[in-house]
Amino acid sequence: MHEQLLEIADDELILGWRNSEWTGIAPFLEEDVAFSSIAQNEIGHARALYELVADELGTTADELAFDRPPEEYRCSRLVELRLADDWGRTIARHWLYEEMDAARIEALKAADDPRIAGLAAKIDREEAYHRMHARMWHERLAAEPRYAAALDELRPLVDERDGHTPELAELWDEMTMVRRSVPGATW
Amino acid sequence: MVSEAEVWEALAEIPDPEIPVISLVELGVVREVEVEGSHVRVDFTPTFLGCPALEVMRDAMDARIRDLGGEPDVRVVVDDSWSTDRITPAGREKLREAGFAPPAPREAAAPTIVQLRHGAFKCPYCGSTKTRLENIFGPTPCRSLRYCETCRQPFEQFKTI
Repeated sequence: MHEQLLEIADDELILGWRNSEWTGIAPFLEEDVAFSSIAQNEIGHARALYELVADELGTTADELAFDRPPEEYRCSRLVELRLADDWGRTIARHWLYEEMDAARIEALKAADDPRIAGLAAKIDREEAYHRMHARMWHERLAAEPRYAAALDELRPLVDERDGHTPELAELWDEMTMVRRSVPGATW
Repeated sequence: MVSEAEVWEALAEIPDPEIPVISLVELGVVREVEVEGSHVRVDFTPTFLGCPALEVMRDAMDARIRDLGGEPDVRVVVDDSWSTDRITPAGREKLREAGFAPPAPREAAAPTIVQLRHGAFKCPYCGSTKTRLENIFGPTPCRSLRYCETCRQPFEQFKTI
């Protein structure tokens, strides 16, 4: 179960980071706000999932999020890519991810452990708004050839968890920089 | 020795860090208070998991309980027990007065874009239901943006969670 929860937490952390890269540069202001909010939610979900696993393993959420080497992350290759200059591919990823995530969160809501089931139910309530946003854009771009090509390109990456792209290592460098510079810092 | 009623009263004085017109108790995030001797346990549920006000709320509750002479043990419960349905009637009215449209009731199924686009969401300023969705997301994760066609005023609509 830990492995599966870590898989989801890693996906949410990395995608949250990637989504936040649109802050300030999205095609229009509403999407700046949307992607920033979605990023904030995803990182909140990652944190709650890491905390659940950390309790079991006797460690902390920060250690799980930032102290593992990049090769130990269990995230999908889909979330690793830096797409912040390409709106069509960003929306393709957003939609592919939200559809995949909806199915696994639905399954977790039926987990035997009430803490896992309860957290999944909470996450699902928030994700409903992400799905709404993703589906709205998916419909809007559905007839665009570039969007269709992006879906074809990215779909095979959704369940690709063996090995990582070089982009994950770059993101990891950036993401863990503060923690590596000042070990043990609290604030 | 501190009583449970005193703790509830003290917590009811803590404003929400982001929308200070409403208190934490009116927001419905305080789920349970249990006092044993000087030990005061509070279970509280975040609104959204990524809410940056979480620590601020917890620290404020800690401080109030210490002021009462209690030893605080504030636990964050991350399950589905908080819903916008838990915002009290008084809290809803305060939100509306401050220009935030209170959330619609939670239904078994998650809300859909069709509902958000066509549902009868009331303008908190003039009461008109001729309002349109501007953006699913707003200044914080818990709010959407709408626009009132009648009084031509944009407003923030609490999301139903």
